[in-house]
Amino acid sequence: MQGLYPEARLLHTRLYLYVKEKTDNEVAMSLPLVVMLPFLGAIAAPLFAQGGRTAIAIASSVPALIALAALYPQWQVLADGGVVLFHQPWLPALGLSLSFRLDGLSLLFALLILIIGLLIILYSRYYLKPKENIAKFYALLLCFKGAMLGIVMSSNLLLMLIFWELTSLVSFLLIGFWTHKQDARRGARMALAVTGGGGLALLAGILIIGNIVGSFELDDVLAAGDQIKAHAMYPVVLTLVLLGAFTKSAQFPFHFWLPHAMQAPTPVSAYLHSATMVKAGIFLMARLYPALAGTEQWFYMVSFTGMATLLLGAYTAMLKHDLKGLLAYSTVSHLGLITLLFGMGTKLAAVAAVFHVINHATFKASLFMAAGIIDHETGTRDMRRINGLWRYMPHTATLAMVAASSMAGVPLLNGFLSKEMFFAESLDLNLPGLWAWLPPIIATLAGIFSVAYSVRFVHDVFFNGKPVDLPIFPPHEPPRYMKIPVEILVFACVMVGIFPAIAVGPLLYAAASATLGGDVPDYHLTFAHGLNLPLLMSFVAFFGGLLMYSQRQRFFDFHARFKEIDEKAIFEAVVARVTEAANRLTALLENGSLQRYAMLLVLSVIVIAAAPLANLGLFIGANGLTPVDAPTGIAVAVLIIAAVMTAVMHRERFYALVLLSVVGLIVALGFARFSAPDLAMTQLSVEVVTIVLLMLALYYMPSWTPIESSSGRRLRDLLIALVAGGGMTLITLAMLTRPFSSISDFFLANSKPEGGGTNVVNVILVDFRGFDTLGEITVLAIAALGIYAMLKNTALTPPPGDGQGHPWTRDSHPMMLRQIARPMLPLALMVSVYIFLRGHNLPGGGFIAGLVTSVALILQYVASGMDWTEDRIPFKYHNMIGLGLMFAVIAGAGSLAFSYPFLTSTFGYIHWPVVGKFEVASAMIFDLGVYLTVIGATLLALVSIGRLSPHSAIKPGPEAN
Amino acid sequence: MELVFALAIGTLTASGVYLLLRARTFPVVVGLTLLSYGVNLFLFSTGRLATGAQPIIGSTEGYTDPLPQALVLTAIVIGFAMTAFVVVLSLRSLADHDDDHVNGDQPSSEPDSTASEKREGHDQ
Repeated sequence: MQGLYPEARLLHTRLYLYVKEKTDNEVAMSLPLVVMLPFLGAIAAPLFAQGGRTAIAIASSVPALIALAALYPQWQVLADGGVVLFHQPWLPALGLSLSFRLDGLSLLFALLILIIGLLIILYSRYYLKPKENIAKFYALLLCFKGAMLGIVMSSNLLLMLIFWELTSLVSFLLIGFWTHKQDARRGARMALAVTGGGGLALLAGILIIGNIVGSFELDDVLAAGDQIKAHAMYPVVLTLVLLGAFTKSAQFPFHFWLPHAMQAPTPVSAYLHSATMVKAGIFLMARLYPALAGTEQWFYMVSFTGMATLLLGAYTAMLKHDLKGLLAYSTVSHLGLITLLFGMGTKLAAVAAVFHVINHATFKASLFMAAGIIDHETGTRDMRRINGLWRYMPHTATLAMVAASSMAGVPLLNGFLSKEMFFAESLDLNLPGLWAWLPPIIATLAGIFSVAYSVRFVHDVFFNGKPVDLPIFPPHEPPRYMKIPVEILVFACVMVGIFPAIAVGPLLYAAASATLGGDVPDYHLTFAHGLNLPLLMSFVAFFGGLLMYSQRQRFFDFHARFKEIDEKAIFEAVVARVTEAANRLTALLENGSLQRYAMLLVLSVIVIAAAPLANLGLFIGANGLTPVDAPTGIAVAVLIIAAVMTAVMHRERFYALVLLSVVGLIVALGFARFSAPDLAMTQLSVEVVTIVLLMLALYYMPSWTPIESSSGRRLRDLLIALVAGGGMTLITLAMLTRPFSSISDFFLANSKPEGGGTNVVNVILVDFRGFDTLGEITVLAIAALGIYAMLKNTALTPPPGDGQGHPWTRDSHPMMLRQIARPMLPLALMVSVYIFLRGHNLPGGGFIAGLVTSVALILQYVASGMDWTEDRIPFKYHNMIGLGLMFAVIAGAGSLAFSYPFLTSTFGYIHWPVVGKFEVASAMIFDLGVYLTVIGATLLALVSIGRLSPHSAIKPGPEAN
Repeated sequence: MELVFALAIGTLTASGVYLLLRARTFPVVVGLTLLSYGVNLFLFSTGRLATGAQPIIGSTEGYTDPLPQALVLTAIVIGFAMTAFVVVLSLRSLADHDDDHVNGDQPSSEPDSTASEKREGHDQ
């Protein structure tokens, strides 16, 4: 962030210091704790699953109880409109910090999340069947609680977004909790697709805000409201942020996921889809209200979306026969109402919106729980079958009726109060001309629908004749404790409805103050405001609703004339089509043919390299050409012929291999010719090992390659190959003839004084660039172990002969070879020790010595057979690799003990008898590690291949050991 | 000198690429080996071609660039490790599929000619 927005950094620091005077991190320490607790609980609670459902329910309640206790002491600060802040830098370069914030608004939401969460935990204890995985359920519920608390208490927009996405993910798992139901899985997928997509839009919006403001800290963003609104990107920001909010809060046209999410267990619907998650979008609008609201764009986008959602939700709710479907669309409608209130842009409307958040959460959560009880006790949610339950469960019926009345906006209940405020605000909206009539009319119309579906919920379920064909009959009251959460919420509805000022007054004031940035308008909370226009609208809505319910059959008939839009079918079709397109694209690019991938890879390299090289002018550079001497010319001619012949004769695999070794040998000679003795030695020994390896592989493989490709294909490949080869020739030529500068002067100058060796290549490997070498031998070790693992438990039977009618020779270990090979071993070992020791000063070193030793050992395997050799080798190659890496690391770490950086080397001189003055560098220990790793890796690879065949294809001859 | 050196690298690349595009694992491994010779020579030559200038202090008047040599030295060893790995991959594929076609999961019971026709069709 420092680099990106220096001036904003200052601003942020200033604001932060200002706030810091109010609260210390120590005081605010409880904030991250509150957010962390549910996550810790999610880990801990399943441990109590053994103790039964009650034990795990109690364990799951602990985080919320502690959180409530931790929040309580902060109330004094918040009641006066204060803010408690916790700030801990996390990734300052990205502007991401662990900032948490508690103000009136976040406290209000935190209380809803914690208290309703507690009630849901109690309710779920009785709702879930004993055989269901209650531990998983509670763990997810607690994760969700933590994520929601994270959203409402984050003071950094990026941090908030992390929690925002977390709620989408956890809600996916909760909606799809009954994984055996296809509808549940699809509903979960739909919810995730819609809310996740909105989350992406929100991310983009937040990033732009961060770019405009120069900080993601909420304090800075809220303070920079005017700057954001004046910015050219404001419409984009607003659209993106609102996309996030609207998808999450199920606003039209994204509302369709919410009814389908009703496949979730009812406690999940009650918690996520009434009280918390769908309120996250609302919360976002409230949180960013000072930063984004108050413009015409905000007004039109938010209020019209809200209006459409309000009306559509209310209308559709009336049509639903599914209890939860009715509640879901009613939720959509009420969310639309809250959105509309925020969209109106007046301060009083914002207060009403916050108030309705509380009221809706209480009555809707209790209604969902009541619906869950009914579902639980009758086995169905179809209102055409559930009738006359009053007789069977009068207690539940009473509770549901009070909650439904609150939803309908009946006086003396909390729903009435916020609805009155809404009606009043709809009248105060100063729209031009006849438009001024639109909000009140829509408000009243929505009120009528709202009353109608509330009446339907009550009348259809509890009265209206007798139950029809219930799966569980007769229904009866649920367990006592299952009703307690409903009772508490209904009690809250009544208390708020009658004594609003006492019950929620201070909390509402604090929340409104935080939403509006401290500037709270005058409002009067009381259970009745006397006779006025809003009350009249309520009466119209009430009687209109009753009338509509009584005429519902006509309403259904009216609706039946329209074609039903099945959002689910559309959504599934879109998903299916996208999947199909993706599959087709994948199949197009990735048809499973490695041969084709190789071709595409080479072609891409050619195409990508061609463009920049075309501009370079691949001609002979300033240095010009030097003449060729005869030996070099001949050697290159042999190399070219051998390379071409390798390709031409590749069907005869054995000959190709022989030709390949010719190429390798000439490459080694080339290194020797052009002043690279170390490379020549390495290449030579690697060449031997490689050819042995390929011969060994060829033992298992067919010895010829059939003609498979068409001649057209071969021509195409030839063209590609020629273009690649021609390109490499030109690049090499252009490079070789141009002057260059190198950083190697440093190495040449310091090799002796600093590294203590005159062989600069070796000093670079073990000293200057020792860390790279350590990485490289690690790769070597991993490759060898990978080979071992890949071939372990794999058996390959070699073909009986070379495939051309020649059987294997019966003389598996010729005596001559055996007799020569055995004395070679000590000689070769001595040579490798010599090469190793002189490596620091003359060509040699760990790599080459290791390869020489490997070759000597391989010779024993070849000459005397696997078993004979293994019997005489007292160590395992795995251990050798480990030992080698250990030496290398110890050599490096040794310098740490003398407080030098890793792999710093030191050296001294000792007098060695016979040899004379000899230099010993600590880098030699490192080189010893290289030596051991190379031997271990090489031999492990080869022996693994040799062991592939369960038994030799050749019958042991009489003279074999 | 530069021209023949460049030609050598070009030939190694061309032969390597052609073999890389073959359908059986063994030629592909050989192709990769040829290609890595070419690449190693190319990397080595970034220090330019000098004769009798080995970077061993005190042995000659001028020294050639030691850095590409150090890089190529480890490249050779790692190249060997990778060759071994690819060889083993192809052996494992042979063991699993009873067939050494690079595309792996081909029906192995069919005669070679039809199988290869299928592959051709598969790839077009």
